Amino acid sequence: MSDPKIEGYEFKPGFRGMADDTGSDQTMFKGVHWGKAMMWIFLLSDTFVFSCFLISYMKGRGSTPVEWPNASEVFGLHVFGVEVPLLLIAIMTFVLITSSGTMALAVKYGYEKNRKMCGWLILATAVGGLIFVGMQAFEWSKLISEGVRPWENPFGAPQFGGFFFMITGFHGTHVSIGVIFLFIYAYKTFAGHYDERKRGWFTTMKGDYVEIEILGLYWHFVDLVWVFIFAFFYLW
Amino acid sequence: MPEDFNDNKTIQAQSSETMGGGGGAVTPDKDYVRPAEVSDQDLYHGHSFITKWVFCQDAKVIGVQYFLLATFTGIVGLILSWLMRLQLGFPELASFMTAEHYYQFVTMHGMIMVVYFLTALFLGGFGNYLIPLMCGARDMVFPYVNMISFWMFFVAVGVLMASFFVPGGPTGSGWTLYPPQAILEGTPGSGMGIILMLVSLALFVIGFTMGGLNYLITVLQARTRGMTLMRMPLTVWGIFTATVLAMLAFPALLVSAIMMTLDKILGTSFFMPTILQAGEVLDYSGGSPILFQHLFWFFGHPEVYIVALPAFGIVSDLISVHSRKNIFGYRMMVWAIVGIGALSFFVWAHHMYVSGMNPWFGFFFATTTLIIAVPTAMKVYNWILTLWRGNIRINTVMLWCLGFIVTFVNGGITGIFLGNVTVDVPLSDTYFVIAHFHMVMGIAPLMVIMGAVYHWFPLVAGRMLSEKLGKWHFWFTFLGAYSIYFPMHYLGFIGVPRRYFEMYDSPYITSAVGMNEFISTAAFIVGAAQFILIYNIIVSLKMGKPAGKNPWKANSLEWHTSTVPPEHGNFGDKLPVVHRWPYDFSVPGAKEDFIPQTTPPSEVIHTKIEKT
Repeated sequence: MSDPKIEGYEFKPGFRGMADDTGSDQTMFKGVHWGKAMMWIFLLSDTFVFSCFLISYMKGRGSTPVEWPNASEVFGLHVFGVEVPLLLIAIMTFVLITSSGTMALAVKYGYEKNRKMCGWLILATAVGGLIFVGMQAFEWSKLISEGVRPWENPFGAPQFGGFFFMITGFHGTHVSIGVIFLFIYAYKTFAGHYDERKRGWFTTMKGDYVEIEILGLYWHFVDLVWVFIFAFFYLW
Repeated sequence: MPEDFNDNKTIQAQSSETMGGGGGAVTPDKDYVRPAEVSDQDLYHGHSFITKWVFCQDAKVIGVQYFLLATFTGIVGLILSWLMRLQLGFPELASFMTAEHYYQFVTMHGMIMVVYFLTALFLGGFGNYLIPLMCGARDMVFPYVNMISFWMFFVAVGVLMASFFVPGGPTGSGWTLYPPQAILEGTPGSGMGIILMLVSLALFVIGFTMGGLNYLITVLQARTRGMTLMRMPLTVWGIFTATVLAMLAFPALLVSAIMMTLDKILGTSFFMPTILQAGEVLDYSGGSPILFQHLFWFFGHPEVYIVALPAFGIVSDLISVHSRKNIFGYRMMVWAIVGIGALSFFVWAHHMYVSGMNPWFGFFFATTTLIIAVPTAMKVYNWILTLWRGNIRINTVMLWCLGFIVTFVNGGITGIFLGNVTVDVPLSDTYFVIAHFHMVMGIAPLMVIMGAVYHWFPLVAGRMLSEKLGKWHFWFTFLGAYSIYFPMHYLGFIGVPRRYFEMYDSPYITSAVGMNEFISTAAFIVGAAQFILIYNIIVSLKMGKPAGKNPWKANSLEWHTSTVPPEHGNFGDKLPVVHRWPYDFSVPGAKEDFIPQTTPPSEVIHTKIEKT
């Protein structure tokens, strides 16, 4: 592989070269859109938010005097006369991970300027997110109907309810915000805002298909966080 | 509205300009700066009063808005401190104050000064004003988000101030808001007060994140041609690193605020153990109050450096400019800022030595705390060495800088006392702690803010502040601040506890009574002296001496804008091209004692200049 070239900047070889490139004038990340750099840093900050939540959860679960409820019983689903553990969660996770796949394809078609395919795939991603949020609402109402509340829990430690509703709720809020933006971006794609390089509603920046990649970064992040929540709440 | 945008077609013009300043004997490649990577930024220019001054997208206006609102909250914090000192020094005059009021004032004073005053002023105020100008950008990279950031801050301040007027008043749990007491009855403001405080903090974090992303990306991705990382003024380095800290530390505050709000409103037990309130068992069980302390101080300690690092950066620039010498050890200063920032994430539990955590934990955190003293001391030595044999101008700005070094060293040394577990345990929760942190993160950064105001006011307003009033302001503040906080070290040693409404009839306290009266008197005078600055600003805005361009003969880009004060877009038609660092002062062989960053090498051939 030869040294990459980005918009007239030739990267230098070796560690020293990397330091020179990083500290060079104008930009630190060569050829990276402002919005994309912003999203990465925002996601780093958001990672700290979710880390704080999950570490608090571990601490809370570790120090509670009452026993923690058994995940496979609490989250089990009774279908066709059989108890299936983690069925709903498996479907939810599958849907969300699939939506990450359609998002990645949307980014690809966006850069290929395939407006139609890109728009449909964003729409598919949004629908996947919507299904996820819907199933989460179902799961919440099932647990609530069984008597689980943020402040109490018939299956064991009361912190279970609190942490579960808080963390999945915070994650669900992230998904919902993502879904809203996905619908907006789908509209903008179909309307051709990115092809015409039209300015956004609130910004002076010209539209560009890179915006879809930026939204994609957010979406993949939300999916990745779900994997951690899934592991910590349902598998532990 | 396409006519609102100016599509600057200056990229080609800039590229052709790289061939040098037209001196005949000049070799062209000497002045070569590679062409622009990014096309020029389109800006939204406001036309009406609302878009120009209220919902404005110009980072300079946003900076001034942040500055004014932070100053307003700071004055509220100042008045609260007056009321506290009135109670402590002259309780017979403060008969209107109950113990509840006192705790509420302590809490609000602390939170306002740390978060809503110093953080907002340094990052929101100076950050917005100076980052684009010093980096050679037209504006912040996302001006609209930047505007929203200020208005989120505005709402956060509004919610905070609203807590003064709700039933029960603002929270009185101390600025650390420790549960369980913060949300239990008996603590003043445990109803609406604490909820509004937590909501306000969450809003502040959200608003700050919007601004912080702007500061970071502007520094990383929107510098002008020739502005390498190691040519940035230390002010930018300080604010940049502090913003990185804020982006990683505020999440812990946000999470703890959300969890405590749920504990209060929904009755979850994240931080609440099984507990009695007025003899009655509450529904809480199994929560961990220590968890809150860890989360809070994971935010709280970096927060100290969020305030300190911009101050370090700004004072470096001020000292360099006003002693006409390059900053000593520039790269060392940069790495010290970055190193302090990184270390600040590994010291938080030194605030918790008496919380009952494992002593080995304390041992670890004492070690990391003392390691932070190394880069900090390097910075202090470098400031002294910058002054050494400099052509020092003893003007108001320099006085504030010198005041900063003295107060900062003072507060830093007491920090080494308190960083050691064995010394800290007897001193914790005494006035020694109050003296330490007010000296190191109250007075010292405030000295820098004052110096920065006198330094940059000519840029913002186009007129100079009165030197005479400035010197009065300085001496009142400097001597007064020492009169307040120096005796507090002694009070701490004799064991006077902090956060006590009154001292009652403790026998060892008798020697403290006179001292408290003295401290309170000094506090009233110092507080009143701050209005000299406000008077100075108001008078100088209209009647000050016109500053002209670059009154301090500084090198950095903000003094080399097309107009003074700079207009929206900062640099007129063409962005500046940078050829050197901003510290080329008193270079041997140069015609003048400063070489601006924009001067190409071909114009200063016969000087002994450092390659930067």
